[in-house]
Amino acid sequence: MNQSTPITPPTSRSDIENLSRQFAFTSTIDSIVAWGRKNSLWPLPFGTACCGIELMSVMGPKYDLARFGAEVVRFSPRQSDLLLVAGTITEKMAPILLHVYQQMLEPKYVLSMGVCASSGGFYRAYHVLQGIDKVVPVDVYVPGCPPTPEAVLDGVMSLQRMIATNQPRPWKDKWQMPEPWRSRAGLAK
Amino acid sequence: MSRIEDLRSELNTRLSNKTFELFNNFGDDVLLVSKEDIIEVMKYLRSSGKFDFLLDVCGVDYPERQKRFDVVYHLFSSKSTQRLRVKCQVGDGETIDSMTPVWRCANWFEREAYDLFGILFKGHPNLTRILTHHEFVGHPLRKDYDPNHQQHCTTALPIEFGDGFNANNLPENLIPLNIGPSHPATHGTFRVMAALDGEKISKAEVEIGYLHRCFEKMAETHTYNQVIPYTDRLNYCSAPINNVGYCKTVERLLGVEVPSKAQAMRIILMELSRIIDHFVCIGANAVDLGALTGFFHLFTYREMVYTLFEKLCGARLTVSLTRVGGMANDAPQGWFDDVLDTCKKIRKGVGELDKLLTGNKIWIERTRGVGAISADSAIDWGFAGPCLRAAGVSLDLRKLTPYYGYNTLDFDVPIGSTGDVYDRYLVRVEEMRQSLRIIEQVAKNVPGGDYTIRDKNIVLPEKRDVYGNIEGLMNHFMLVIHGLRPPKGEIYDCLESANGELGFYLVSDGSGSPYRLKVRPPCFSIYQQFPEAITGGLIADAVAMLGSVNIVAGELDR
Repeated sequence: MNQSTPITPPTSRSDIENLSRQFAFTSTIDSIVAWGRKNSLWPLPFGTACCGIELMSVMGPKYDLARFGAEVVRFSPRQSDLLLVAGTITEKMAPILLHVYQQMLEPKYVLSMGVCASSGGFYRAYHVLQGIDKVVPVDVYVPGCPPTPEAVLDGVMSLQRMIATNQPRPWKDKWQMPEPWRSRAGLAK
Repeated sequence: MSRIEDLRSELNTRLSNKTFELFNNFGDDVLLVSKEDIIEVMKYLRSSGKFDFLLDVCGVDYPERQKRFDVVYHLFSSKSTQRLRVKCQVGDGETIDSMTPVWRCANWFEREAYDLFGILFKGHPNLTRILTHHEFVGHPLRKDYDPNHQQHCTTALPIEFGDGFNANNLPENLIPLNIGPSHPATHGTFRVMAALDGEKISKAEVEIGYLHRCFEKMAETHTYNQVIPYTDRLNYCSAPINNVGYCKTVERLLGVEVPSKAQAMRIILMELSRIIDHFVCIGANAVDLGALTGFFHLFTYREMVYTLFEKLCGARLTVSLTRVGGMANDAPQGWFDDVLDTCKKIRKGVGELDKLLTGNKIWIERTRGVGAISADSAIDWGFAGPCLRAAGVSLDLRKLTPYYGYNTLDFDVPIGSTGDVYDRYLVRVEEMRQSLRIIEQVAKNVPGGDYTIRDKNIVLPEKRDVYGNIEGLMNHFMLVIHGLRPPKGEIYDCLESANGELGFYLVSDGSGSPYRLKVRPPCFSIYQQFPEAITGGLIADAVAMLGSVNIVAGELDR
């Protein structure tokens, strides 16, 4: 605001609008909330394998995820809103991943880093979950084995775009606990 | 008289009432005994001081045989460097004596053989599944188990301690505490179950297998060269060492030796990997104790090594750089100068790390005296690598049984005295300096010549031959379709990885893919000791200890 011009008391509606433009801009509540959300993602680094090591590089000094407002890693699902699954999820790990996801508070997002998390990768094998989307809804898949840190940053930026534009997420909205975990938890089909 | 003749005459006199067969197969000494005699023979081999290390116990499945399974033990003597493979046959549903009274480290190996093959060990203290989940049905490494048959696990295993106690029936003064597998100090996939008396751990149990990616089954279903990318993902902190270890094993079975240039490149890659592996270990260990700076600092240097790998092959972490018979490609021009340049920077970085931590009061208070272990106990548990050397045992395969010309290089093997977390840290720091020395010696005098052998039955022809002449095309076609085919036989080969002895036991039936490939991961034996190590200590010390043993889940669970 220009300090030298004195503010004259508004007399009409158009005056009010002109006045407000001097010190404010208008927006919708949705987009301002989305703007805040996209720039303060707190990831839960669910790093299990090789991708976890590359995730360290993403957090590290050279690639620095802090530039995207997402450097505050939280190991408590209650405090994080981005589940960053980095690495192979085995059948043994699947119920734990599901449990962690369910403990996270809304709004929550899932980024699947690497082909193992996305599809089982080249482990077409008896003890490897063939993609975490069998258990939790995934917003962004980042390919690679492991993906380069640039690819992960690109994935995070894609997610930020989704959040900024409030893109509908039917896979998330329609998600319910999958079988056989659902029946095991005592929930009806 | 050769060593095998020595052993034969000695066994003949000492164990005259037993029947056994002793022979040499592809350079390895093999002892066949019946399962009734196995415990006696092993007791003798240990108590006579002939062999002090039990490196590995594993099963092999031959479904068409009357006695279906082989149980294979690998013994090693750190004094005479002699190795012995002891084998005996067990039928389906039969039992074999557990080796746990002789070597404590047999415990987990036998559980693994039970889990993956269904071999029953009599007298084993806790014969339960270890790698697959508790709802798993069947034994996946049997030949009749479909590799692609997944079974979902719906629940996490509740807290249980081996002695019959669980979360609900603990004495009143104890509180059950579950740590992991999703926990900042467990680096992904380890689970520790503890019963706490105040801050003290009075019972502890660990659960592994959260990253059991079926490496061994995958190896059986892929051709020899296709297995190399899988080996990358064993110890992913130092992937090239696994590549070399695997290729070295196959090459020994094939009876070929890689050219000296490939050997030099392999040494450089392995030593660089050792350094960056120690970076992750020390960095993560320090982070767990609250010193975040070290991690950021060390990753700057780790990125430099990634850049070197990228120049060589395009990949950063999982490089798959070796091929059976040599390297995948030659180093680009000026690469060795880049290596020397990076070494200078890393040396500076290691010096800074040294200043940051070695004299740091908090670091010393948190690590000195924590997790100390005696040399004898470390050997009994089958320790290896920096953890073993920190306990005062000077055992480094690069010195003891040199390969690739390590004997011509000038380097020292640092050893500690108490085996505690601080000693392990000191050993690792010094090892990084020694690795830099090795790299500099090799990179300054890289031999000329080819980077791979040119045997048309082993190595793919160059692309210009494939596209340029019919012979190259034919050779390429044959090798892709049939794969390289080592002779029928079996072999165990090992090298000194960042964590200690990394071994591969390879059984070939003459076909294009391994019949059985067993990895002897160094941290599998070391982590076995972990529950005992943390019992009686503070919960905060358990975190320090977990970081210091450098357990890598990919290698532990395979």
